Amino acid sequence: MAATSTRTFRPSAGQRRLGAKLIGAALSLAFVLVFNFFLFRVLPGDPAKNLTRNRLVPAEQVEVLRESFGLGKPLPQQFAQYVRDTLSGDLGISYKFRRPVSEVIAERIWPTVLLLGLSTLLSTAIGLWIGIRGAWRRNSVFDRVSLGASLALYAMPEFWLGIMLLIAFGVGVGPLPGLFPTGGLSSPDTELASLAGVADVARHLFLPCLTLTLAYIAEYALVMRSSLLDELTEDYLTTARAKGLRDALVLRRHAVPNALLPTTTLIFLNLGFIVSGAITIETVYSWPGLGLLSYEALRTPDYPLLQGVFLLFSAAVIIANLIADLLYAYLDPRVRTG
Amino acid sequence: MTATQPAPAAPEAAQGPILEVRDLHVHFGARRGKGPTAKAVDGVDLQVQPGEIVALAGESGCGKTTLARSILGLVEPTSGQVLYRGKPLGRGTAALKPYRREVQLVLQDPTGALNPRQSVYESVAEGLRIHGVKGDEETLVADALARSGLRPPRRFFLAYPHELSGGQRQRVVIAGALALEPSMLVADEPVSSLDASVRGEILALLLGLVRDLGLSILVVTHDLGLAWNIADRLAVMYLGRIVEQGPTETVLANPRHPYTRALLSVVPEVHHLETQILSGEPPDPTRVPPGCRFHPRCPALASGEAARAGVDDRCRNEAVPILRGVAEHHAACFLTDESVKKESERRPRTRGSHAEGLQ
Repeated sequence: MAATSTRTFRPSAGQRRLGAKLIGAALSLAFVLVFNFFLFRVLPGDPAKNLTRNRLVPAEQVEVLRESFGLGKPLPQQFAQYVRDTLSGDLGISYKFRRPVSEVIAERIWPTVLLLGLSTLLSTAIGLWIGIRGAWRRNSVFDRVSLGASLALYAMPEFWLGIMLLIAFGVGVGPLPGLFPTGGLSSPDTELASLAGVADVARHLFLPCLTLTLAYIAEYALVMRSSLLDELTEDYLTTARAKGLRDALVLRRHAVPNALLPTTTLIFLNLGFIVSGAITIETVYSWPGLGLLSYEALRTPDYPLLQGVFLLFSAAVIIANLIADLLYAYLDPRVRTG
Repeated sequence: MTATQPAPAAPEAAQGPILEVRDLHVHFGARRGKGPTAKAVDGVDLQVQPGEIVALAGESGCGKTTLARSILGLVEPTSGQVLYRGKPLGRGTAALKPYRREVQLVLQDPTGALNPRQSVYESVAEGLRIHGVKGDEETLVADALARSGLRPPRRFFLAYPHELSGGQRQRVVIAGALALEPSMLVADEPVSSLDASVRGEILALLLGLVRDLGLSILVVTHDLGLAWNIADRLAVMYLGRIVEQGPTETVLANPRHPYTRALLSVVPEVHHLETQILSGEPPDPTRVPPGCRFHPRCPALASGEAARAGVDDRCRNEAVPILRGVAEHHAACFLTDESVKKESERRPRTRGSHAEGLQ
C-alpha cells in the first residue's frame, strides 16, 4: 500500500497514514502503561498479608516482605520506578512466584497461543463457511438451522458453555462416562515430546478449544451472513451475471471478497479480545495459560505480574487493531485514498 | 402471439427484428407459495429492430425493469419467449453465455454497477475474460474506454470507481459493455442517477454508438422527455402490459391511450395537453383489475367520455388484447384505438381473459 519512496524524504499519503497509525498505537500503549499501575493498586487486598496468610509470620516479617516489594515507598516514587523499569524492559519480580515476570509469562504464553490460535483458525474457517452458505441459500433448511443455532450460541456466555461442556463431556452425565480430562494441559508423568504426549495434550485441549470455537463460530457466521446478504443486493453482481459469469464465480470473485471486508475487521478485533476472553475459559478448564495466570495473580494481588500480563493483553488488542486498520486499507481501495 | 401482419415502412424489418419478445409473462409467487402472485410482466409483445432505439416507459412498479431483466435472462419468464435474431433464449448460464456477449446491460446507478474494489481496467476486462475474447487485452480495454469517451484511456486503467465522477463511472460501465462488441444494449434508466449536465453527454454517447456501430438499444425509463430525445420507437407500459406503442414522434404528438396522455401532460415541455394528475390507487401487480387494467384510474372513464362512446362496459369487464409488437402506432384502449376495437369484436375473449374476468 505504501507508495515507492522518493530520494528526498517526502512521505506519501500511505506513509503518512501508516505513521499516524503507529503513533496512535504507541500513545494507546503508553496510556495503558500508566493506567495499569493505578488500576491494580485500587484492588482490595494487601499482597504481603495475602502471601503470608495461614502461616505464623510475625508482623515485622510481613513489613520486611512489604519493603522488599518496594511497597513501603510513597506512591509517586513507586510509579516513577515502575515506568523506568518497564521502559527499560524490566517487568519486575512476581511477588507470588519470586521470579522475573517476563520469565513467568514466557512460560505460560504457549498454552494460550496454542488454544487461541487453534480455536481462532477453526471458528473463522467454519463460521465464514456457514455464513456464506447460509446467505447464498437464504431461507434454505441449512440457513434456518444454522441461523437458529448461531443465535443461541451467540447469546450464551462462553464460561457457562464451558461449564456445561465440562459437565457433559469431562465429568460425564448419568451413565455417560467423562470422555475428556476435566482440566490441565497434560496428565501427570506423560513425556510431552512423545507421540503419546502429543495425543494427551490434544485430549486436554479438546474441550477448551471446542468451547472457544463454538463461541466465536456463531459471531462470524452471523456477521458473514448479513454482510454477504447486503452485498448480494448490489448492482455490480447483476452486471457480472449479465456478462455471463456463472453464479458460483459471481459469488467467489465479487460478492465474498467484498463481504469479507467487515468480517476481517471483526476477526482481528476479536483476536485481541479473545486473549483476555480466554481468562474465563482457562479458569474453567485449569488450562495453564496467561488467562489462568492472571486469575491467580489477581487473587494475591501480584502487582508486577498483573501489570505485565495486562500490558501484554492490551498490546495484543492494540496491535490487532493496527493490523485490522492496515489490512483494511490494503483490501479496500476506497480507504486507501479516502 | 406472433405478429402476423408485416410491419410496414420499416426498411430493417426485412432482416427481422434483432430482439423479439412474445407474450411474455413474469409472475412472482409469494414466499413458500402462500399469498398472492405478483404479475410483474403480464403479457408483453415487443420488437427491437437492428440499429433502432426503443424506449420502454412507465411509472415505477409497472414491470419495465422486470421486463428488461427477463430479456437479459436474469429473471426466468413464467411463460412466453424472448427471441434473439429469431432464436429463443436458452435457459441456464451456460446456454445463455453466447447471448450475453451480444446483449449488454447498462444499469441506472454506475456507482453500484461497478465493483468498488476493482480498478477501471479490471472492470472493463472482466467481460473479455469471461468470454475468452482473443486479442491483446490491454488494447481492447483501451479501445473500449476511448470509444466511451474516456481519453486518454490508459490514464484511467488504474483508477478506482470512487475516484471518478458519476458520468465517468457510467462511461466505464458502457466501456465494459462495448468491450465485448455487442449488437444490442439494454439500458435501465441509464442517466437518471446522473447530474443534468452529464445526462446530455451520456445520451449523445449512446446515440453515437447507434450511428457508428449500428447498435440497437432498449432504454428503460420513467422519463418521457428522455424517450422523446433519443428513441425511434416508444412503448408505454402500465401494470405489466404495454398499453401503447409506436414511433416516438407519433405517440408523443398524438397519444391515444389515456394513460400516455396523462403521463405526457405532466412533462414540462408539453403544452398541448391539459395537465392531468392521476388519482385512485397506485397499481398493484398482485391485484390486476378486471377489464382494462387502467380503468380504475382512467380519466376518460371517470369523465364519462367512455360512457358517451358506449365502451364503458367493455372497459370495466372485457380484457384488452395484448398489443402486437409491430412498428405502427397502437394503443390498448377500447375508446381510442380502432384496431383494438375491431380485434376484440372479432375475438371477444382473448387468451387470459377468462382468468382475468374472474378476479
